[in-house]
Amino acid sequence: MWVLLVLIVIVGLWVIAAYNGLISLKNQTVNAFKQIDVQLKRRHDLIPNLVNAVKGAMDFERSTLEAVIQARNQAVKVNASGPENVKQISQAENALSGALSRLLVTVERYPQLKATGNIGQLQEELTSTENRIAFARQLYNDTATQYNTKQQQFPTTLVAGLAHAERTDLWEIEDQAERAVPQVDLSRR
Amino acid sequence: MTSPDGNLFQQQEANRRRTTWLVIGFVLFFAWLGFGGDYIWALSRGHHPFPWLGILLTIVAIGTAWYSYKTGPEKVLWATGAQELTVPQTDAERQLVNVVEEMAIAAGVPRPRIWIVPDEDPNAFATGHDPRDSHIAVTNGLLRICNRDELQGVIGHELGHVKNLDVRLMTTLAALVGAVLLVRDGMGRMMGRGRLPGRSSGRRAKDAGPLLAILLALWVISWIIAPLVTQLLAMAVSRRREYLADAMSAQFTRNPLALASALEKIESAVAPTPSIKRGAAHLCIADPLGRRLTNREGWLADTFATHPPMGMRISRLKGMGYAQLKKEGGSFTSSALG
Repeated sequence: MWVLLVLIVIVGLWVIAAYNGLISLKNQTVNAFKQIDVQLKRRHDLIPNLVNAVKGAMDFERSTLEAVIQARNQAVKVNASGPENVKQISQAENALSGALSRLLVTVERYPQLKATGNIGQLQEELTSTENRIAFARQLYNDTATQYNTKQQQFPTTLVAGLAHAERTDLWEIEDQAERAVPQVDLSRR
Repeated sequence: MTSPDGNLFQQQEANRRRTTWLVIGFVLFFAWLGFGGDYIWALSRGHHPFPWLGILLTIVAIGTAWYSYKTGPEKVLWATGAQELTVPQTDAERQLVNVVEEMAIAAGVPRPRIWIVPDEDPNAFATGHDPRDSHIAVTNGLLRICNRDELQGVIGHELGHVKNLDVRLMTTLAALVGAVLLVRDGMGRMMGRGRLPGRSSGRRAKDAGPLLAILLALWVISWIIAPLVTQLLAMAVSRRREYLADAMSAQFTRNPLALASALEKIESAVAPTPSIKRGAAHLCIADPLGRRLTNREGWLADTFATHPPMGMRISRLKGMGYAQLKKEGGSFTSSALG
């Protein structure tokens, strides 16, 4: 009789702990996703400044600039549709990343451009923004993976339904350039 | 990616618990000094006076511990002469603010306040109570010699300390070390004026002879070793933490080789960091005192050095870096390992 009671109490406590653990991870995942959103907004706001700063000096690189502007507008549009379609958002943002990195490479080719005005500063801001997005994405993926693993693992999986835990999509990198294998030569020190 | 923060929660819990024990131990130690003194006094006099010294010292210790805990971060920053960076002026400062923001995002903590120590030797430390109230300080020298990636590695290391609450334990310890030195000096002066209950010839003093002698000896020794004990504590708590913070930095940046290269640069700048005094040495990323003991292995160094050997840290980070490259399928020539 007592044994049964103790067992029920132990199981009850475990259910509460597992449930709370899942909910906490769920909220962390949602929060991590919001962080990506914040950083993406920052990037979208920064791009018009950058484009204006280099427009005069880079008349000859029109197509690179236009690709950035187009990708940015597309990304803003997709983002406005809500956080449900992670896949589409990440596709649009990856396209923007590609266009931006091409622009940065182009700017790099014109040293006199970096020297004039505040382009050097803008470049640092852009580098930082790209890093922030990458780190926010990394945190989201880590947290989401933890959440996904937890809800599939036994015995936590038994309370997954109770906590309405569902698999979350990871933020995939689909850009071919980002996925390419890095060739590192360490032979010379 | 195996993450070292799989046991982050336990790490935080352990640091909270250790901080509590540190404070309790501090108060108990002073209670022993006070009530022990009263007891010796009573034994030698043969009657029981009101234990003024005990009560006084205990109250002082509780007050000191509370004050040290509350103002620890301020005191540490003040002692190093750090200036808060609120509005970045130069490119280097702007980059520092950006890097700290980036790493705060990677670590998933609020952005700490940023301070710059006017010192040409490269070093960095973190202080605070928890991630919501934390500070990161770097020296001018660090900003000068590190590139962006290396700076990221160093800041990641400091945020590792912040995230697993190392800063709470280490800052409290630093403040208590300072307080003990202060109290010891003050009390030493008082005892010098003859308050020490030495060879006063009480009625029952002869009966309690051996006990009194032992107690007295213990009591005097306690006074003498108090500062030593706190410093030993500071040394004992920090060695393994540095490895852990290095690993957390690698987890945040996914670039352990950058931190390794930063550590190499810091190491090759052999000069000690004059702005950072003994009391706060265990908070820093590299031993600011430039002690030779740090680079030794073994029991002695394990006990008395605040930092693990730089060579070990660098080789561990490089190991992580190469493992990562291998996993990602990147190729590197084997001559780099030789």
